Amino acid sequence: MPRLLPKVAPKLAPMLLALLLAWLGGAMAQEARPLAADPALEAKVMHIAEELRCLVCQNETIAASQADLAVDLRQQIRLKLQQGQSREQIVDFMVQRYGDFVLYKPPLKGSTWLLWGGPFVLLGIALVALGVNIRRRRSAGAPLQADESARARRLLDQEPG
Amino acid sequence: MKRYLLPLIVFAVLVGFLAVGLKLDPREVPSPLIDKPAPAFSLPRLDEPAQQLALGDLKGKVWLLNVWASWCVACRIEHPVLVDLAKSGAVPIYGLNYKDKREDALAWLAKHGDPYRVSLSDTQGLVGIDFGVYGVPETFVIDKTGTIRLKHIGPVTPDVLRDTILPLVKKLDA
Repeated sequence: MPRLLPKVAPKLAPMLLALLLAWLGGAMAQEARPLAADPALEAKVMHIAEELRCLVCQNETIAASQADLAVDLRQQIRLKLQQGQSREQIVDFMVQRYGDFVLYKPPLKGSTWLLWGGPFVLLGIALVALGVNIRRRRSAGAPLQADESARARRLLDQEPG
Repeated sequence: MKRYLLPLIVFAVLVGFLAVGLKLDPREVPSPLIDKPAPAFSLPRLDEPAQQLALGDLKGKVWLLNVWASWCVACRIEHPVLVDLAKSGAVPIYGLNYKDKREDALAWLAKHGDPYRVSLSDTQGLVGIDFGVYGVPETFVIDKTGTIRLKHIGPVTPDVLRDTILPLVKKLDA
């Protein structure tokens, strides 16, 4: 055994270092965890925040964004949940301040009917166009008259050149 | 000829939509607060933190609420415009010092000039949230009854002031 140690030791040192780093990394990850002490509350906060658009970075949700405003709004959601407010009340709070734009799922109303109905209108137009096209092709495929087929025969029988 | 007409029409419509889309600024989200009562607030003054100023104190006059911060780069662009406006006396400007440190804010005003009748310290940004602020600077025109009449997002330029804000203030003052 003692003779083996000098051979193993150089390999052992990097492994120990790796272990130490992994442990340190774990310790740091602990520090960076969300501030909320209550994971159930935090899950609710995130659930609501995922429906809301961050106005600073417009393609991110408030849950995903690290913008200052998103952090503040998550804090507002957290406070309001702690005060016992419902999801609807919190969403209303946001819409009153930032408009329907904060909702990733906009409500169906006068100003948004085109948004919701538009794809179906386009689908309808496409279906009508398809129907018209098919009917036209069918009528184009009508059998040839006697003189037409005679002319076709003549053209086909001609020697090339 | 007819077979080319339809694609041409579709193309023209598409170009029309894209041309309009180019002119729109996605950063400018219409505020739902227009023509609604301004959210109530009571905040400490930046210069005298012991004193508070509330929305009710400002009823009976037309005023501008300008959201600013010392860390806001775009605020520096609009600042000379506001300083000139304050000198002209056309409309009183009140500042909402948004998520700022008091000493930074005071130093900033000392350096660049102070166009505000009063600036209010919104250290937590909570009044900012009530006003739907999402990017500094923002400017609100508030009428005599305390109703928000206009929200301008981004720096106030001389053009915006001349063409939009001042005509509105004149109308509301009448």
